[in-house]
Amino acid sequence: MIPDYAVWLIIFLPVLAFLINGLIMRPLAKEKNAKYSGYITILSIAGSLGLALWAVYSVADEGAKEFSHVISTHWLGVGDNLNIEISILLDKLSATMALVVGVCSLMIQIYGQGYMKGDTGYMRYYTWMPLFTAAMLGVALSGNLIFTFVCWELVGLSSYLLIGFWYHKPSAAAAAKKAFVVTRFADLGFVMALVGIYFGMNGTELVQKEGINVFDIANLPDIAHQAITMGLISTTGFTWILLGIFAGAAGKSGQFPLHVWLPDAMEGPTPVSALIHSSTMVCAGVYLVARLFPMFAMHEYGETAALVVAGLGGFTAIFSASMGMVMYDIKRVLAYSTLSQLGYMMLGLGAVAYGAAHTSDHHEAEHLMELAFAIGMFHLFTHAFFKSMLFLASGSLQHSTGTFDIRLMGGVRKYMPWTFWIFIIGSLSLSGIWPLAGFWSKDGILLESWAHTPWFFWLAMITVFMTAFYMFRAIFMTFFGEWRGGDPSGLHHGDEHDDHGHQEVHPHESPFVMVAPMVVLCVLAIGSGWAFLGPIDANAFLGGHSHAFFSVFTEFSLDEAKHSLPLIGLIVALFGVFVAYAIYGAQWVSNEAIGRAFKPIRTLWYRKYYMDELYEDVIIRGVLMKGIFWLCAAFDTYVVDGIVNGTAGLASEVGGLFRKVQTGQLQEYGIAMGFGVVVMLAAVLIGFYG
Amino acid sequence: MEVDITHYLVLSGILFSIGLFGALSKHNAVGILMCIEIMLNAANIAVVAFSRFLVEDTVVLTGHVFALFVIVVAAAEAAVGLAIVITLYRNRETVDVEKVDSMKG
Repeated sequence: MIPDYAVWLIIFLPVLAFLINGLIMRPLAKEKNAKYSGYITILSIAGSLGLALWAVYSVADEGAKEFSHVISTHWLGVGDNLNIEISILLDKLSATMALVVGVCSLMIQIYGQGYMKGDTGYMRYYTWMPLFTAAMLGVALSGNLIFTFVCWELVGLSSYLLIGFWYHKPSAAAAAKKAFVVTRFADLGFVMALVGIYFGMNGTELVQKEGINVFDIANLPDIAHQAITMGLISTTGFTWILLGIFAGAAGKSGQFPLHVWLPDAMEGPTPVSALIHSSTMVCAGVYLVARLFPMFAMHEYGETAALVVAGLGGFTAIFSASMGMVMYDIKRVLAYSTLSQLGYMMLGLGAVAYGAAHTSDHHEAEHLMELAFAIGMFHLFTHAFFKSMLFLASGSLQHSTGTFDIRLMGGVRKYMPWTFWIFIIGSLSLSGIWPLAGFWSKDGILLESWAHTPWFFWLAMITVFMTAFYMFRAIFMTFFGEWRGGDPSGLHHGDEHDDHGHQEVHPHESPFVMVAPMVVLCVLAIGSGWAFLGPIDANAFLGGHSHAFFSVFTEFSLDEAKHSLPLIGLIVALFGVFVAYAIYGAQWVSNEAIGRAFKPIRTLWYRKYYMDELYEDVIIRGVLMKGIFWLCAAFDTYVVDGIVNGTAGLASEVGGLFRKVQTGQLQEYGIAMGFGVVVMLAAVLIGFYG
Repeated sequence: MEVDITHYLVLSGILFSIGLFGALSKHNAVGILMCIEIMLNAANIAVVAFSRFLVEDTVVLTGHVFALFVIVVAAAEAAVGLAIVITLYRNRETVDVEKVDSMKG
C-alpha cells in the first residue's frame, strides 16, 4: 500500500520543479544552461508518474471496485460552521486520472525538448508546464470540492499562460484572453454550485452530528441525499446545483455553447495543445462529472441534470465534428475533434447517469453506477493517449514544414515516415477502428447511449462517420499526393536546418527526442483499450467493455444491440474513411464540386456557425455594449454625475447671488460694519434695560 | 465750573464722530488713516477719563497704561497702513479708495 506522503508527493514534485525553475533558474541561470530547467521538469514529472503508477497498483491490489482512501488535512476555518480541508481521495477513478496526466505530461515534456529547442522562452515554458501538471494532478486526486476548485482555477491560469506563451503575437494574446474569460464565465456556475452545496447541505445530520466535511467528495452523494430527504433542499434546487457544476465542467471541457475558446487556444505551442487542450485539462470537466457521478445518477433527483449532460454532450459531438470537416488548419481539425470526443464522453456519462436515475430496479442502478466509470472515463483514458499523440504528430509536421495548413503540405509520407505512421494509427484509433484503443471505448458509449438515451444515440452514430471522414481527409491531404511547398516563413529559428537562407522547405523527419515520445504514446493508443500490464487490466480495472477480443466478429447478431452495434459502428467508421479516400485520396469526386454543391452549409461550417460573430458582435457588442453597458454608462453620466454636478452647481448659483453684496468699496463695508455695531449695541442695551 | 468726566466724554464723543465721519467719507486713503488716528485718540481720552474719575480719591493707572498701549499700536498701524498706501499708489497710481475695488464680486 502506498504511504500517504507518497500520494502527496505526486502533486508536490511538479510544484517543486515549478518553484526551482521559476524562482531560481529563470532569474539566475544563463541562456546556455536553460536546458537544465527542462531536465528538472522531466525528472519531477517522471517521479510523479512513478508514484502515480505505484498508487494505481496499490488500488488494484486493494480491490479496485470498492477501495477508496481519504487523506485529509485541515486548511482553514471560517466561523464555526465552515471548515475547509485539503484532502486527497485515492480510488480507481483518481488513480487512473493521475496516471493519464502523468504519462501524457511526461511524454510531452520530452517532446518539448526537441520542439521548444532554441525558443527564447524555453525556461518560461518549463516553468509553467510543471505548474500545470501539478494543478491537474491536484484536480485528479482532490477529495474535497474546495481543493478541486483551487486546482481547477490554477489549471485555468496555467492554460492562460501557455496559450499566450508567444504573447508577442496578438492572436495568441487574444486567444489566451478569450480562453480565460470564457472558462471563468463558466466557473461562475461552479462557484454558485459550491455556495448552494454549503447553504443547502450544511444542516444535514451527516455534517452536523458526524462531522463530515460538507464538501467531501466521497460523502457528498450521501449528504445530498440526506439533504433532500430532510427537506433542506428541493429537487429543483439540487438540479440547479448539478447544472452549476456541469456549467463549470462544460466550460473547461468546451461543451456547446462554451466551446468557442478551444479552437483559438491552438495558438499556443503544439506540446501545450497536446497536453492541455487535448488530453488533460479539457478532460477535467468530464472527470468532474465522473467524480460526482453518483449525484447525477441519484434516483429520481438527478434525472434532469443527467439528461442535460447527455444531450449537450451528444449535440457537441456532432456540432464540433461538422466544423472539423471543413477546416484546413490540421491543428484546428484536431481541436474540433477533441471537442467532439469530449462531447462523446459527456454523452456516455450522461446516458448512464440518466439510465441509473431513471430505472426503478435497484440492481440495475447499482450495475450502471459501476459501468459509468467504464464509459466516460474509459474513453477519456484512451482518448488522452491517441489525441495527444496526434497533436504531437501535427507539431512534428509543423516543425518540418513550417505550417499547419494542409493545403500547403501533401506527400509528406515520403519524408516523414515515422510521423506518417503515427498519425495513421492515431487517426484509426480515433475513428474507432478495431482493434485499436478507440474502438473499445467508443463502443461502450454507443452501446449505453443506445440503451438509455436512444434519441442522442443517432447523433453519436453520425459523428462516428464524420470523425473518420475528417481525420482521413486531413491524412490524404497531408501525406499523399504532391509536395506543395510548405511555408518557409513559419520555420523555427535556431533549428539545425539545412536550408538556412533558402526560400524552400525540405521536409524531414523530426529528431529522435520528438519521435520517441510519440512512439510510446502510439503503443498506448493501440493497446490501452484491451492490453494489460500486470494487475492493471484496462478491461477489468476500468470496468471496461464486455466484449472479448474477437467476439465483435464471432458473436455478431442483429437481435441484440450489444452484439450488433460494435460491428455497425466499425462499418460506419470505415465508410467514413472510404468517403474521405474517394474525395481526397483517389479524387473520384472533385472536392471543389462538392464544395460548390453544398456551398451554404460549407460556409456555415467554415465560419464556425458564426458563433464567434454571435458572441462578439451580437452579444458583446450588441446586447452588452449597446444595451447593458450603455445603460450603466447613462446611469453614471446622468444620475451619479448629475448628483455630484448638481450639488456643485447649486452651491455656485447661491454663491453668485451673494457675491453681489461685495462691492469692493471700503467705506461701504465700514458703514455696514458701523451699522452692525449699532444694531448689536441696541440689542444688548434693550436686553439689559428692557 | 469744575471740569468733570462729562466734559471729557463729550470731547471724546465729538472727536470720535469727526474721525468716523472722515473715515467713511474721505476718498483719500491717507486721510482715512488720519481719521482712524483721531478715533483712536478719542478712545484714549475716554479711557483715561474713566480711569481718573470713576473711582473716587484713588489713583488708578489702568486706563493710562491702556492708552499707552493704544498709542504704540496706533503707531505700528500707521506704519503698516502707510506702507500699504504707498504700495497701492505704486501699483495703481491712485490713493482714491473708491477706485480700488478689485474685491468687487
